Amino acid sequence: MTLSEMTAGTAGHEAEHHDVIPIRKVAVWVFLASECMFFGAMISTFLLYRSTTGDGPGAEIFNLAFTSASSFVLLMSSLTMVLAHHAYERRDLRQARVWLTGTGLLGITFLSGQIFEFTEFVHGGLKLSTSPFGSAFYMLTGFHGAHVAIGVLMLLGMVILSLDGRIYARRGLNIELVGLYWHFVDIVWIVIFTVVYLLQV
Amino acid sequence: MTERAHPTPRVYWMIALILAVLTAIEVTIPQVSAFDGVKVPALLGLGAIKFGAVIGFFMHLRFDRKLYRNVFFVGLLGALLLFVVVLLTFEAL
Repeated sequence: MTLSEMTAGTAGHEAEHHDVIPIRKVAVWVFLASECMFFGAMISTFLLYRSTTGDGPGAEIFNLAFTSASSFVLLMSSLTMVLAHHAYERRDLRQARVWLTGTGLLGITFLSGQIFEFTEFVHGGLKLSTSPFGSAFYMLTGFHGAHVAIGVLMLLGMVILSLDGRIYARRGLNIELVGLYWHFVDIVWIVIFTVVYLLQV
Repeated sequence: MTERAHPTPRVYWMIALILAVLTAIEVTIPQVSAFDGVKVPALLGLGAIKFGAVIGFFMHLRFDRKLYRNVFFVGLLGALLLFVVVLLTFEAL
């Protein structure tokens, strides 16, 4: 079965059941709602311990210019992700693959920046066990980084599946659902960037 | 409620441009001492606008079924409640 046959079938199916609520999409939104609370707890913990730096460094160790560039990269990855989804909706699989690959590369760039940043902080004396501030900072940003890494793996998985046309709307993990997860990772970073970096410097 | 048509790529590029400009403003605010008095509300406000733009346009919450919006806002409200309760409990608010 070719992609066009599969997607045509899918489109027909969706047209027939226009008012049927796609349960997998609801499940993803429920998951993202629970993730809001997860990160809400992490951010609250960071705010509780933001002043408890002990003998170690505090927020003055942050390199705002570098983190701003990383934030910009992640923000733009949301653009490439939504363009991938748009191309897929137009059944332009080649274009969708290009944007998906671009999103994955931007995600890898962000992760590389985070690894570099963590290395610099450790050299500057801020380790996981240095102070409650250090623990809360690494837990929050580290868990966010883990989410980005999972997102990158899913994106690369979608690119591989797309090579022989094995992505289509009725499949368990489709571009729209991966996109929702990716955008969520982006909005969490918007909050982290504001609360952890901008408000502390 | 059924879904409305999603935006065009032109709209997505415009939103991305707005997000980039807002990020540039955000980064400038802590560097300029004249903004010290309004730093916290300005940064929280700009962050909220960026947050809203991404969930509204990129995640299509403005255009999709209300059900998704309601489900997500329950989680968001839960997170805010958790945030306030934790900080009040430890007298950090």
